[in-house]
Amino acid sequence: METLIQQFINGLVIGSVYALIALGYTMVYGILGLINFAHGDVLMVGALVALQTMLFLMGMAPGMSPLVMLAIALAVAMVICMLLGFTMERLAYRRLRNAPRLAPLITAIGVSFLLQTLAMIIWGRNYHTFPQLLSTTPLQPIPGVFVTPVQIAIVVVSALLMVGLLLLVNRTRIGRAMRATAENHRVASLMGVDTNAVIALTFVIGAALAAVAGVMFASNYGIAHYGMGFMPGLKAFTAAVLGGIGNLGGAMLGGVVLGLVESFGAGYIEHLTFGFLNSSYQDIFAFIILGLVLIFRPTGLLGERVSDRA
Amino acid sequence: MITLLEARNIGKRFGGLQALSDVSLTIRKGEVYGLIGPNGAGKTTFFNVLTGAYTPDGGDFVFNGSELPSGKPHKVVGRGIARTFQNIRLFRDLTALENVMAGHHIRTRAGIWGVLTQNRFTREEERLTTERAYELLRYVGIERFADVVSKNLSYGDQRRLEIARALATEPQLLALDEPAAGMNATETGQLKQLIQQIRNDGITVMLIEHDVKLVMGLCDRVAVLDFGKKIAEDVPAVVQKDDAVIAAYLGGGKHAH
Amino acid sequence: MNELVAAVPWLGKRNPTAARWLIILVAIAAPFIAWQFGRSWVRILDFALLYMMLALGLNLVVGFAGLLDLGYIAFYAVGAYTFAFLASPHFDVHLPFWVILPLGAAFAALAGVMLGFPVLRLRGDYLAIVTLGFGEIVRIFMLNLNYPVNITNGPQGINMIDPINLFGWDLSRNIRIGEDFTIHSLFLYYYFFLAAVVASIIFIQRLQISRIGRAWAAMRDDELAAKAIGINTRDMKLLAFALGATFGGVAGALFGAFQGFVSPESFSLMESIAVLTMVVFGGMGNLAGAVVGAFVLALLPELLRDVAVPLQQTLFGHVLLDPEVLRMLLLSLAMILMMLLRPAGMIPARARYCHDHHLSHHLNNTPKREAAK
Repeated sequence: METLIQQFINGLVIGSVYALIALGYTMVYGILGLINFAHGDVLMVGALVALQTMLFLMGMAPGMSPLVMLAIALAVAMVICMLLGFTMERLAYRRLRNAPRLAPLITAIGVSFLLQTLAMIIWGRNYHTFPQLLSTTPLQPIPGVFVTPVQIAIVVVSALLMVGLLLLVNRTRIGRAMRATAENHRVASLMGVDTNAVIALTFVIGAALAAVAGVMFASNYGIAHYGMGFMPGLKAFTAAVLGGIGNLGGAMLGGVVLGLVESFGAGYIEHLTFGFLNSSYQDIFAFIILGLVLIFRPTGLLGERVSDRA
Repeated sequence: MITLLEARNIGKRFGGLQALSDVSLTIRKGEVYGLIGPNGAGKTTFFNVLTGAYTPDGGDFVFNGSELPSGKPHKVVGRGIARTFQNIRLFRDLTALENVMAGHHIRTRAGIWGVLTQNRFTREEERLTTERAYELLRYVGIERFADVVSKNLSYGDQRRLEIARALATEPQLLALDEPAAGMNATETGQLKQLIQQIRNDGITVMLIEHDVKLVMGLCDRVAVLDFGKKIAEDVPAVVQKDDAVIAAYLGGGKHAH
Repeated sequence: MNELVAAVPWLGKRNPTAARWLIILVAIAAPFIAWQFGRSWVRILDFALLYMMLALGLNLVVGFAGLLDLGYIAFYAVGAYTFAFLASPHFDVHLPFWVILPLGAAFAALAGVMLGFPVLRLRGDYLAIVTLGFGEIVRIFMLNLNYPVNITNGPQGINMIDPINLFGWDLSRNIRIGEDFTIHSLFLYYYFFLAAVVASIIFIQRLQISRIGRAWAAMRDDELAAKAIGINTRDMKLLAFALGATFGGVAGALFGAFQGFVSPESFSLMESIAVLTMVVFGGMGNLAGAVVGAFVLALLPELLRDVAVPLQQTLFGHVLLDPEVLRMLLLSLAMILMMLLRPAGMIPARARYCHDHHLSHHLNNTPKREAAK
C-alpha cells in the first residue's frame, strides 16, 4: 500500500512538470498547428540559466536567504526564456507560416539541436549539480511514504500557474484575442486582432512556463545538463496529444496521467514482463502511449475543444 | 436501357446533420445524369459516399450488377468509377502528362521486381501508359501543355486535366463535381462539347452542377436533392416545372440562374 | 545518373557527356586524392558513401513519398546488429556475407512494415514524432537487452565483427602487388561501397520513373486525390517504408562489417537528424540532392575538424569547440538555414520527374510526324 501511494505521489509530481511543459506545446499547436520541437530545450535553457544565476548569487551574496535566491533565479530564467521564445518565433517560425507542411517541423528540429549545441558550448557536456535551495529532507505524512518539500512546491506552483493561465486565456482580452487567432488567423486579424503579437505572446508565455518547469525538473532530480530538455519535451508533447492537442485542460490532464502511468509502469514493469524488462525501460511508456493515442483516439482524452483552445 | 448504377437508400449523417437520407437513384448506361440542388443539399456528400471517401450509414450501391465496396476508394475506382473535385485537386508539382499517367496507375500491374529489372513487360506497360496519357491530353485539348507543371496551368486547363486524369483510370462512370464552376461562357461551351464527346465514346457521366443552363442542355435525366433528400428525378423539362424543385430553390434563398 | 549529371555546375547543362565522365572520374579517383591527405581521409570517404546510401533511402521515404521519418537510423541499426549477431564471436556465429546482407535487408524491411502499419493514418507531423519514438524505443532496447539474457551486450556493443568477405576475398586485407605496391583495405571498401551506392542510385531512379514513383509523388502532393484515382495509399506508404528501410538495413550491415564493432551510440537520434539534414540540404525528392547532401555534410565536419581545431589552438591557445560540437552546430544550422532560405535544397527539384523523358519525347514526336505527312 505504501509503495502504491509513493508511486502515486512521484507520478503526480513529475506529471505536474509534464503538464506545465505540455501547455506550451498545446498553445503553440492550437494557434499555429506547429509542433514546436524546440520547446523541451527551452526548459533546459531555463534550468541552466537558473543554475548559473544561483551560482552567481551564492558567490556575490552568500548570506542571501535561499527562498529569495530561488525567486531571483527563477525570474532571471523566465526572462531569458521569454526572450528566447520570442526570438525563435521571430527569426525562424514566422517566416515559415505559409511554407510547405514539413518545413516548420524540420526547422523546429534544427532549432532544438541548435539550442542543445549552444548549451553544450556554454555549459559543457557535464552534468551539473543543481543547488537544492528548498529542503530535500523528506517528510513522512504516512509512515513509509516520503514527500520532499521540493515535491510539494512543484505540485503547488504548477497548479497555481495552470489556474493563472486558464484565467488569462478565458477571462481576459488578451486571452480572447488568443482564442480568436487560434480559431482563424485571417478573420481574427480582420477583426482587429494583431495576430503577430498574439502568436509572439503565445511563444513567450509557453517559454516562461517551460522555464519554471525546467527549474522544477532540475530541482527534483538535482542535476542539469544540455540534453535534459529532450525527453521531458517529448513526454510533454505526448501528454499534450494524450489530453487532446490544442486543449489547455487536456494538456494538464494528459501530463498528470502520463506521469502516473510512468511511475506505476516503472514500478511494475518487472512483474508484468516476468523480469524480462526492468525500470530502465521507463522511457518507452511515453512513446507507446503516444502511438496508441494517435492511432486509436487522435483527438485525445478531452478532444480538441474549440472553446478552450488557445 | 441497361442500369449501370443503382443507389439504394443511401444515408449519411455528420453529427446532428443528416446530410443524406434515404437517397435512391438509378443511372442508366450511356446517359448524362445530372445531380442538382441548392448549396448544402448533399450533392458532394453523395459523390463522396459513392466513391468510397465516406462510408454510408445506410444503404448500398449496385454497380454493373454487383455491390460496391464502401470506404475503399481505390476499389471503387478499380470497378470503374472515376471522379473530379469541386475545388480542383491536381498533383500540383507534377506535369500535366505525369498527372494523367498517375491516373493510369490502377490499370497497370508492374511491381517492384519489374521496375527494378525493367523487364519487357514493365517497359511495354510504361510505353502504353505514356502513349495513352498523350492521347488523353489530346482528347481534352491540352496536349501542348504536356510538360507544364500542373499548378502553372490556367484554371480551365486544370479542369480539363483533371478530367483527363479521371479518364485515365478507364472508368465506365465519370462523376464530375461542378466542372463548370468558375468558367466563362466560352470555356463552358467547350466543356459541354467535351462531356458530350465523352458520352458519345461510351462513358456514362454523372454531373453535379449549378449552371442550370448547362445541366438542362446536357443531361438526359436529372435528380434534385434538397436537405439530403431526393425530391425529383426525371428528364430536365419535367424537373424544371416541378413545384417541389422550384420551392426548394426559392425557399433555399438561393435562386439558380 | 541524369539528375547527377544535370547537377554538375556549369558543365552539366552545356556538355552532359563531359559532366558524366567527370563524375565517373572523380568517383574513381577520389580515394587516391584523399590518400594524399592521410589514410583517415579514405576512411571518411568510405563513411560518406554509407551516408549516401542512408540519404538515398531516407529520401525515398521523405522526398518521394512525403513521409517524414525521424527514426530512420533504427533501420541502420537493425542492419548493423543483424550483421553483428550473425558474424561475430558474440553468439559465435559466422555466416557468410552474402547470406547476412539479404537477411539484414529483410529484417530492416520487416521493421519498416512493422513501423508503417500503425502509423499509416497519421498526419505528417504526428508521423514524424511517432517514428522518432520508434527510433528511441529501438535504441533503448539495444542499450538494455543485455539483461536478463544478453542479446545486444548493452552499451558496450558488439566487437570483433567479421569483415566483408566476397566469396573468399577478404576486404579487410590489403592487397600486395609486387614488392612495394599495396592496395589498402580502405580502397577495397571504397569501391565496394561505391558499387553499392551506384546500384542504389540505379534502383531508386528506376523506381522514381515508374508507376510506383508516380503513385508516391501523387500521394505526396494530394493524398485524397491519389485515393480518388485508385492509388492504394496504404500499400504505397508501406512500400515506401519497407524499401527505405531496406536501404537503411543494407547500409547498416555494411557499416557493421566495415567498422568491426557496433554499439547503440552509433544509432542515436542525432544520426537520424544528420541523415535528414543531408536530404534537406541537397533537396528533398531529388536523387542528386541526397547524394550531394550526404557527401558535403559527411565531409564538412571532418574538414572542420582538421582546420578548426588547430586554428582555435593558435587563436585562443586551447580548443573552444570540439569537433563533435562543431558537427552538431553545422548540421543544426544547415537545417534551419536551408528551410528558411532555400527550402528546395541546394539542388532544386527542377529535375524532379516521374516519367521517362526520352520515352515520352519519342512518343510525343511520332504523331506529329505522321500528321505532317
